[in-house]
Amino acid sequence: MVRALEKYIRPGVKSTPFCPGCGHGILMGLILRAIDDLKMDMKKMLFVSGIGCAAWIPSPHYNGDTLHTLHGRALAFATGAKLYNPDLCVMVVSGDGDLSSIGGNHLIHAARRDIDLKVICANNMIYGMTGGQAASTTPRGSKTSTTGEGNPYRPFDLCKLVEGAGATYVSRFSVTQPISLIQSIKKALLHKGFSFIEALSPCPTQFGRRNLLERPEDMIKDLIRRCILEEEAEGLTEEERAEKIITGEFLS
Amino acid sequence: MASRWVKSPFPKGTYYFSGNEAAAEGAIAAGCRFYAGYPITPSSELMERMAVRLNEIGGVFIQMEDEIASISAVIGASWAGARAMTATSGPGFSLMQESIGYAAFTETPCVIIDVQRAGPCTGQATKVGSGDIMQAKWGSHGDYQVIALSPWSSQEMYDLTLRAFNLSEQYRVPAMVMADEAIGHLRETIRVAAKVEVWDRKKKKGGAPFDIEGEDGVPPMPSFGEGERLSVTGSTHDAYGFRKTDDPKAHARLVERINKKILNHKRSIIETEDYLLEDAEMAVVAYGFTARTSLYAVKRMRKDGTKVGMLRLKTLWPFPDEAVAEIGKKVKKIIVPEMNLGQVAGEVKKYVPCDVISLSQTNGEVIQPDTIMEMLRKI
Ligand SMILES: Cc1ncc(C[n+]2csc(CCOP(=O)(O)OP(=O)(O)O)c2C)c(N)n1
Ligand code: SF4
Ligand SMILES: [Mg+2]
Repeated sequence: MVRALEKYIRPGVKSTPFCPGCGHGILMGLILRAIDDLKMDMKKMLFVSGIGCAAWIPSPHYNGDTLHTLHGRALAFATGAKLYNPDLCVMVVSGDGDLSSIGGNHLIHAARRDIDLKVICANNMIYGMTGGQAASTTPRGSKTSTTGEGNPYRPFDLCKLVEGAGATYVSRFSVTQPISLIQSIKKALLHKGFSFIEALSPCPTQFGRRNLLERPEDMIKDLIRRCILEEEAEGLTEEERAEKIITGEFLS
Repeated sequence: MASRWVKSPFPKGTYYFSGNEAAAEGAIAAGCRFYAGYPITPSSELMERMAVRLNEIGGVFIQMEDEIASISAVIGASWAGARAMTATSGPGFSLMQESIGYAAFTETPCVIIDVQRAGPCTGQATKVGSGDIMQAKWGSHGDYQVIALSPWSSQEMYDLTLRAFNLSEQYRVPAMVMADEAIGHLRETIRVAAKVEVWDRKKKKGGAPFDIEGEDGVPPMPSFGEGERLSVTGSTHDAYGFRKTDDPKAHARLVERINKKILNHKRSIIETEDYLLEDAEMAVVAYGFTARTSLYAVKRMRKDGTKVGMLRLKTLWPFPDEAVAEIGKKVKKIIVPEMNLGQVAGEVKKYVPCDVISLSQTNGEVIQPDTIMEMLRKI
């Protein structure tokens, strides 16, 4: 973490708990850069997270109010806090498993209500914390500790899901697209309504090593290669497209 | 920490309310300004009244997607500074348990009203039961305390809901009102005083929100947005909310404190009522609606010359062990009529040397005085 961002870190916090090469550490910094760019008042910011590696991104690290809740329930807790005190800027940072598997019902309903919550879903397409089991976001065919032969089911397209449910700002960027991701977080911070950013974040420990991406840099390179913008996808064949991850701002 | 007197939601006088409506008014009187819930028989009228009342007075009402979300939103609102509540019945109460454990461990004031119906499972949705008493105490995992009160009238739906808020704020603990279908739907007059006493949570700028030496074991509680940069977590934590998930001492200390802060104050929390117990040779220990029919039975038996009295439990958790033990010394036999298979009877047995007879009824109906009298005659 660069010195300029240290003021956003809670005094007493020494190191992050993430594995070397984990995308969550990068995302942790990018969120703070967006906050710093906008000169947000951390005393009025509440960061809510669920349970999982991603839920550690804000808690206890960020030097605002942090509410580390239960697995899947971050949005419900956040809804209560925001409705009672609308002056709080409430950001929810949590994992794909947390927000969309166990917490999927809260996700669609929070989007439907269009309450002013800024949701950043750190999507590593797996349950990192509990040892690499399949999530609702695990791509078909990917190996996890519960899908040794490859995941037989389709993953959620989280952006389409929340857009369909009523979110009013929706984007997907990878931590390998830091500038775009920071810009998008800033937009979400300024947006009034339910904002959802799917931040693709590599988990080398649980996803990479099971899926032929042995080293952390392999995962980063893979994301750089696969993440393209919508307009870049236009000329591609069906087959070429299938392998890509479409990133961009889908609703703003 | 202090209490203050505030105006009741109504001018002083008598009012005609169902139990569920009275509970809603008790909550408003206590300063409740946040309600999140999910409809379920036989508690729904309480929620509907809160929707109207909070709208009138500028509070926040939200119907959530389920009961897990409801109690979770209540906890979030409580940390944002609200006196907050939800109400439900058995199936919803089951769903809430993980978050109730969260509230206990993070010391979050919140009130849960369980208008009990005949379980298990979906059971008989419109029929009465009191099968959630043990769940109220033990429903979430690990060792923690809650406060659970047991109303027997519309009046007490008002009074005990108000008290539940006060105890919850005072001790930073989830407080429950364990009503039942019969009380929830009972319509009767209640008396409202001109003013009610409400307790505020303890505040101390810069004070550690999750530990305190001595005093009453209840740390001050800041709210989000007050600049305290709170760290709230359901993992084991130190005085300032830093996770201590590998530290045996920190875990033992925290678990011990959240239990002791309630148990050390049980004398001020627990309320019971004695009826005709002075010379009694037999006692009925009863709570909730069953205490009404029990009292009727006891009075009838007295007329026939039977030396029987009744102990009514207004507080169920922490359990009124001393009051029960006291009765156990005086009488030869205790009967515990209840609409479950002996949940409180088992508890009573722990504290008395005399015979304890469980009079269970789980047919979705209230226990009639005749049933109780028959049992009293038999023993
Ligand atoms: C009710 C409940 N069920 C299961 C768990 C175990 N659990 C903890 S984290 C987790 C998955 C987290 O995955 P995700 O949200 O994707 O975060 P990641 O670790 O991948 O960043 C699970 C299943 C739990 N804590 N609570
Ligand atoms: S297990 Fe995966 S998600 Fe969790 S810290 Fe390690 S790399 Fe990151
Ligand atoms: Mg994950």
